[in-house]
This record gives sequence, C-alpha cells and structure tokens, in this order.
Amino acid sequence: MYNYLSAGFMAYLRRDLLLGIRNKSDLVKPLIFFLLVSALVPLAIAPEAERLSQLAPGIIWIFAVLATLLSVERLFSDDLQDGSLEQMLMSPNLLIMPILGKITAHWVVIGLPLTLLSPVIGVWFSLPTIAVMPMMLSLAIGTAVLSLIGAVGAALTLPRQGGVLLALLVMPLYMPVLIFGSAVIQSAVDGLDWTAPLAILAALLAIAVALCPLAINAGLRLAKNG
Amino acid sequence: MNLNVKWTWFHRLGSPRWFYQKTQRWLPWLSLLTLSLLITGLVWGLAFAPEDAKQGNSFRIIYVHVPASVVALAGYYMMAIAGAVGLIWRIKLSYMLMRSAAPIGAALTFIALVTGAIWGKPTWGAYWVWDARITSMLILLFLYLGVMALRHTYSSSEAADKASAILGLVGMVNVPIIYKSVDWWQTLHQPATIKFTGAPSMHPDMFMPLLVMIIGFYAFYAVTLMLFTRAEILRREYRASWVKQLVTNKTAEK
Repeated sequence: MYNYLSAGFMAYLRRDLLLGIRNKSDLVKPLIFFLLVSALVPLAIAPEAERLSQLAPGIIWIFAVLATLLSVERLFSDDLQDGSLEQMLMSPNLLIMPILGKITAHWVVIGLPLTLLSPVIGVWFSLPTIAVMPMMLSLAIGTAVLSLIGAVGAALTLPRQGGVLLALLVMPLYMPVLIFGSAVIQSAVDGLDWTAPLAILAALLAIAVALCPLAINAGLRLAKNG
Repeated sequence: MNLNVKWTWFHRLGSPRWFYQKTQRWLPWLSLLTLSLLITGLVWGLAFAPEDAKQGNSFRIIYVHVPASVVALAGYYMMAIAGAVGLIWRIKLSYMLMRSAAPIGAALTFIALVTGAIWGKPTWGAYWVWDARITSMLILLFLYLGVMALRHTYSSSEAADKASAILGLVGMVNVPIIYKSVDWWQTLHQPATIKFTGAPSMHPDMFMPLLVMIIGFYAFYAVTLMLFTRAEILRREYRASWVKQLVTNKTAEK
C-alpha cells in the first residue's frame, strides 16, 4: 500500500517536473513578471534607498503572491485539455498522492525559483542583509502554501479556466500567508524575533497539506462531470 | 414499503415541497415578529436610548451596524453548514438554502461596511481605517462574492452547488485563521488613535435596544432567507407536478 501511494506521488512529481523543464517559457514567465513589476516600484514611488527598504517586505510578498497566482491557473487546465486529467481521475481512490506530487512539482518550478531570485529584489530595494535569510525562508515555506491554496481555486474554476474568478476565490484565502510572510521580513529588518511568524507560516503549511488535497480531489471530480 | 420509518421526518425536512408549504404558513407570523422587533429596536435605540458621553448622538448608528455585522458573520457559517449538509446527505433543499444565503450575507456585510464607514468619519476622523474588524469584514465580503461568482462557472447546477459548498467549507476553515491573522497584524501596526467601545462595556439602557435589534436582524435574515429559497425552489422545481398545480391554481383563481 505504502509503495503504491508513494509511486503515485513520484510519478506525478517526475512527470510535472519534466513538463516544467521542457516548457522553459512557462517556467520563466512568472520570474520575469516578478522582476518586472519590482522594477516598476522605484520608478513609480521614489528611487531613494530609505523609502524603498521600508516598502520592501510588503512589496516582495505582494509580488510573490501575484506571480504564484499567475502560474497556478495552468496547474490542471493543460491536463484537462490533453486528456491526462481524465486518466488521473479514472482511479477510484482519493487522488491525494498524485495531487501532492503535482503541487510539489509546481512549487519546485515556481516557488523555489522565486525564493532563489528574491535576494536580487532585496538588493534592488536595499533590504538589510540580515533580513535576506529570513526572507528566503519565509518565501520557501509561504509559496508552498500559496501553491496548495491556489490549486484549490484552480480545481474549482477549471471549467472556466480561472482568470479574474480565480483571483477572487483565492486572494482572501491568501491574506494570512501574506500577513505572516511579510511579518517575517519586517521583524528581521526591525531586529525582532522572526522565527515566531515563520513558525505560524509552517503551521499554515501543515494545515494546507492536510486539507487542501481533499478539496482539490473533490473539485477535480466535479470539473470532469460538470 | 418504507423500512426506515424513523427517518421520514428527516427526508420530509429535505423536501422542497414541504419547505414551501410550511414557510407559507410561517412567513406572515415571522414577518410580523421581525417588523415589530425592528420597529421597537429602532425607535428605542434612536429616540429613547441615552446619548453617548463621548460620541453624542452619532453612536446611534450602532443599532444598525452591529446587528448587520453579527448576522453577516453568522450567515457565512449558516451558508457553509448548509453546503456541508448538502454534500454529505445530498439534500437538494440545503443547496437551495446555501445559494439563497450568499447574496443576503453579502448584502449584510456591505451594510456593515458602509455603516461602519459613516460611523468612522465623526468618531475616528476618517471613513476608512485598516482596523482588524473592518479588514476582516472586507475579506468576508470577498469570500461571499467568490461563492456567488463561482456558480456561473458550471453549466450544470448540481456541479455548481457542490463546488460552492466546497468553497464554503474551505472558507469556513479560513474565517477564524483570517480573523486571528488580521488581529495579530493589527497589534503589530497598532495605530494609537483608534479606540472602540465594545458592546459588553455598554450601559444596559443602551445595550437592551441593541439586543432587540440583533434578534430583529436574525428574524429578518430568516424571513429573507425563506423568501429567497422559495423563489429558488420554484425556479428549480418548475417541472414538478405540485409547482405546476400551484401555478395553474393561482391563475385559475384570477
């Protein structure tokens, strides 16, 4: 039983990673978006280092949320179009392991590169160097939560393929992640203890891993029938 | 025929026809009760309750603002639980209740936000402040709008009902998390100017009309929910023979 479960996870992880690597433009788009909108901020507000570093914790997190939202829409819609989603849904079991495999792949393809890229934005916004490590940790954990919650929205809006509706469904659910994610960076900048909000982010991740796949499973089955 | 006799009341409860006929009898009484509660509460609160020591007469908007917010929040749980009941026991009626609860809840949330803004101007000097309660009410409005918008995604109403129910449940898990996180965020950025006199510290002369208004708003919610659900039943069950009979009888009477 255990082998069977982990096989479902690994198969979908490997498949989606392969798809992600082969489709380089899809991989790069959210990252370019992340960099591009970040470059707009100094132009629109002020190029002064002091003001930018004040805005940095919030802005980095808002853009991370938007970049994830852009990419999460495609999580199931490509599979629906080429028929592989139906194949996945043929299984009579709960699809928790395949779903988690797909979401892990999504995080590796989107969340992880965003995390690795974030120091560049930190430098642009003259974020203090002590805050760089907390920022990367908060993004690594937080984007995983964003992928999970976003996948619920993507599964539920599958018949109409996301768009503004996806944003409307998912944004309110993203608020806690946004609050605690930017709090991690802000606390680190202020020299406070930043592990507390990080621990809450990790707790949110634990809840999301446990509950989101159930909702996604139900949503995907609806999308096939409805 | 029916082996499971004990459960007949439960099945009857889930029958749209039963609901339609029962509410026909309940509605006049409940509407009367709602009207008298709201009129009593409003006249008592707006004309006879003592003036607030600091805020003067402007505090009287509390008699609309607080009941609307309380019922808006309770309405979300009501909607989500109705959706869950529909998912678990596959009861058509509870999906109809869920669908009817969404626009009412959204309207109440909107009223709470608008009255809050009107109250905020004389009290805090601004129409909008990013207070924890206001922010979570705003998020609640978005949650309601999401549930309302989702149903247009699906072509079959059965799938739309299930999807809305799932979203409602996801939202129900999230409402306390959102509230706590917004609360925590608020303490992090505490603006010192805002002080809110909560309901428990109110004088009984002020609190009693508020209580009447809250009960009145709940009754109002029940009445509107019944009206919306009755319309929904007719819309969905138009093929059923009792609905056809109902319509033909009405036209025959004329």
